[in-house]
Amino acid sequence: MNLFADALAWLTDPANWTGPFGIPTLTLAHLTYTLLALVLACAVAAPAGWAIGHTGHGRSFAVALAGAARALPSLGLLAFLVLVLGVGLKEVATVVVLVLLAIPPILAGAYAGIDAIPRGTLDSARGVGMTGWQRLWRVEVPLGLPLLLGGVRGASLQVVSTVMIAAFIGLPNLGTYLIAGQRLGDYARMLAGAILVAALALVLDGVLAVAQRLAVPRGVRMATAAVPA
Amino acid sequence: MIEFEGVTKRYSSASGAAVDDFSLVVPRGTTTVLVGSSGCGKTTLLRMVNRMVDPTRGRVLLDGEDVAGRDPVALRRSVGYVMQNSGLLPHRTAAQNVAVVPRLAGRDRAAARSRSLELLELVGLDPELADRYPAQLSGGQQQRVGVARGLAAEGDVLLMDEPFGAVDPVVRGELQHELLRIQRELSRTILFITHDVEEAFLLGEEVVILSRGGHVEQRGTPADVLAAPANEFVAAFVGAHRRDRRLRVDERDGVRLVVDGRDRPLGVLTDEAP
Ligand SMILES: Nc1ncnc2c1ncn2[C@@H]1O[C@H](COP(=O)(O)OP(=O)(O)OP(=O)(O)O)[C@@H](O)[C@H]1O
Ligand SMILES: [Mg+2]
Repeated sequence: MNLFADALAWLTDPANWTGPFGIPTLTLAHLTYTLLALVLACAVAAPAGWAIGHTGHGRSFAVALAGAARALPSLGLLAFLVLVLGVGLKEVATVVVLVLLAIPPILAGAYAGIDAIPRGTLDSARGVGMTGWQRLWRVEVPLGLPLLLGGVRGASLQVVSTVMIAAFIGLPNLGTYLIAGQRLGDYARMLAGAILVAALALVLDGVLAVAQRLAVPRGVRMATAAVPA
Repeated sequence: MIEFEGVTKRYSSASGAAVDDFSLVVPRGTTTVLVGSSGCGKTTLLRMVNRMVDPTRGRVLLDGEDVAGRDPVALRRSVGYVMQNSGLLPHRTAAQNVAVVPRLAGRDRAAARSRSLELLELVGLDPELADRYPAQLSGGQQQRVGVARGLAAEGDVLLMDEPFGAVDPVVRGELQHELLRIQRELSRTILFITHDVEEAFLLGEEVVILSRGGHVEQRGTPADVLAAPANEFVAAFVGAHRRDRRLRVDERDGVRLVVDGRDRPLGVLTDEAP
């Protein structure tokens, strides 16, 4: 209880809201890494997932890849990459680890979105004479978008919490409060850091949840609204 | 004109033929109905016309040209195709679903829209419903949109795969009569599939009765088939022995009543031409 009050006091102390290790600066750094990783992961995983969903090939490969990625220890991989790439490229190493982490859920969301489209819908798109690309962009991508964004949501939760490990290699972000707090025995600061990370994760998830809702095409929203849950 | 020449389809080398050595000619401007029970190969045959399925052996010709030599995408754009359960795109409105076809044929948005509204009117859809999504339409209304989309293709061939199978009998009757009216107006070359004999007899100038493997049991006008079923299979299928198909004339008080095998009066016999 006391610790909570202390953390709250720490969070509201104006001194912690300024300077290079202030809350705004570190939150921004944390957010930047997260968004950069998500954007890059989407750029790789969405087209790959669409290709799998569209062609029906490569699903077992994707599942194996996702399993392998889950088994990867993020901190170990980060340390390894820093050693290989050199300390000068530790930002790059961090982003690479985060991207690898974010790819599997986004990939799965992209192909699951296409898999979930009723066969009759895709068949009729073919029957009226759409080319493969037209089916992809006009039918598969728009109808699959909500599930893809669901994958991005899952990825964002993982990435937001994993960004913290970059603090171990000296890249400032919200994880810095946990490391510094532990070193100084300042548990209020550690708790404050954890709260900030959780808050950031919730905000991002909320934004993506809204985006996911908006991504459901109107006609599909009506179909689901017509059927009582 | 649609011609099937000794067409065979095997979906895999292990399985039997879904369609075995099938031949048929559908003359231009007429309606031919393929009728047969589930799994006898009707959909397979229909989809070979627009290359949704390619035959393992044999040829399908459209106006004398082998479809195997045509680009599948261009071919499908020119052939109307009405699917079972309408197959409308859920994220497009009724009007947009129909407009897809002229849009793919290269029409601009405005021209495609007006063509679409024209066709929706032709199939008897209330114009107020044109901007609704499929989920906001009844099954019968969706089928009308499906038919309008099939008619939007610029070629003269229309493929219809049990288009009215999923709607209730009253609406089905309405849709069947709409189709007859439209066909009188447009004279398309229609290949129609159903497993309902009544529907086949109502719509088909020629009916083809199929058994498993796309085997032709009999073909002919509805009157031919009913008058002289080629074999027991056809007789049973068209219900030639059914009591409600065995009609006779019963004279009462000088009026000639037509009654069925259960003595239910169906109408009065007259000498007037319709
Ligand atoms: N894509 C496919 N792959 C493998 N087998 C198929 C495929 N499509 C159809 N078949 C098989 O081919 C046979 C004929 O199927 P088809 O769909 O042509 O029948 P149908 O007469 O249209 O039946 P229904 O009235 O139920 O629609 C069936 O035994 C079916 O299982
Ligand atoms: Mg069928």
